[in-house]
Amino acid sequence: MLRIDALKAIYGHLERCVVVTIMGATAAELQALGHRPNFFYLQHAMGLASSMGLGIALSRPELKVVVFDGDGSLLMNLGGLTTLARYRPRNLVHVVFDNESLLSVGGFPTATSTGSDLAAIAAAAGVPRTATVRELDEFVAAFEQALEANELTTLVAKVEAKGPAVFVTDLPLLENRFQFARYLKELARAESAP
Amino acid sequence: MPVSLAGSQLIYDALKGCGVTLISALPETWLVHLIRMAEEDPAMTLVRLAKEEEGVGISAGAHLAGVKSAMLMQNHGFLQSVNGIVSLARLYRIPLLMLISYRGEFGERDPWQTEGGGVTEAVLGALSIPWARLEEPGHVASRVRKAQTLAESSLKPVALLLCRDLMWEE
Repeated sequence: MLRIDALKAIYGHLERCVVVTIMGATAAELQALGHRPNFFYLQHAMGLASSMGLGIALSRPELKVVVFDGDGSLLMNLGGLTTLARYRPRNLVHVVFDNESLLSVGGFPTATSTGSDLAAIAAAAGVPRTATVRELDEFVAAFEQALEANELTTLVAKVEAKGPAVFVTDLPLLENRFQFARYLKELARAESAP
Repeated sequence: MPVSLAGSQLIYDALKGCGVTLISALPETWLVHLIRMAEEDPAMTLVRLAKEEEGVGISAGAHLAGVKSAMLMQNHGFLQSVNGIVSLARLYRIPLLMLISYRGEFGERDPWQTEGGGVTEAVLGALSIPWARLEEPGHVASRVRKAQTLAESSLKPVALLLCRDLMWEE
């Protein structure tokens, strides 16, 4: 499975979600499919995308939050899985694209290439719903079930270590940040309106 | 345990007065009362962390979602969080209100706290983070309020150092 195909297959669902992605290939591929104001790309601070997703999910329980994490990023914040599990927000879907490598910095293999099992780690941390999927149709079904489940889910999608040729896009970081915050603010205003 | 209940209450009330409704924390001795106050307050969301840097991500998410937050940590937790502070909070102009217990300063008896104490102000300075000391009851409310105001207006991290004279009763 290619990550870009996985993103493309679920792209339609993301319009109604709040999305936080990690840096590099994942951010570039989602932008290539079409940026939306409800997408935030954390272009650095590896490991903290899931923590950001938790902060949004706890602050705004009415929103459905989707985090697109990666194996390299998640391995930098494994403790954060225990924090996710501790508060287990029902409105958070945590997708981990596991290509078993640090693709964006040269493709060096991560520990998932030698057997570390992120879904098992998430389950052991206490995340109530976890799964590992390898095929596209399997991924789409598992993602749709996670959106419906109303329970914290960590979904590990094994993908090929392939990404776009370049990672820099024409969306400045701060433009993304302020647009995203404004979108969440207007959403809150729309919901509180009579 | 001679952690000051009165000093902790002043700080907690000041945070509430600023509209803080989410606190991330990693326990250490001086923070016990503050964490308990947050835990017992039904209007406060308390997020207990495994490691302090997570708190940067949680506060960033909370801010973008429109919620005011604060971080409770020891200075060693601040040192642990530096990459998140630089490459999330500063890079993306996120306000952080960091309340940092200032261990390893004058009067510290625990040898293991002393190295962190010795570099805390230098690291805050290197990161250009505005900071102030909380050491006397009389200035707590004002300094917390002003720190929160500056964090929100500058969209940057600010730090309050929780000092021995306020936090510890010998």
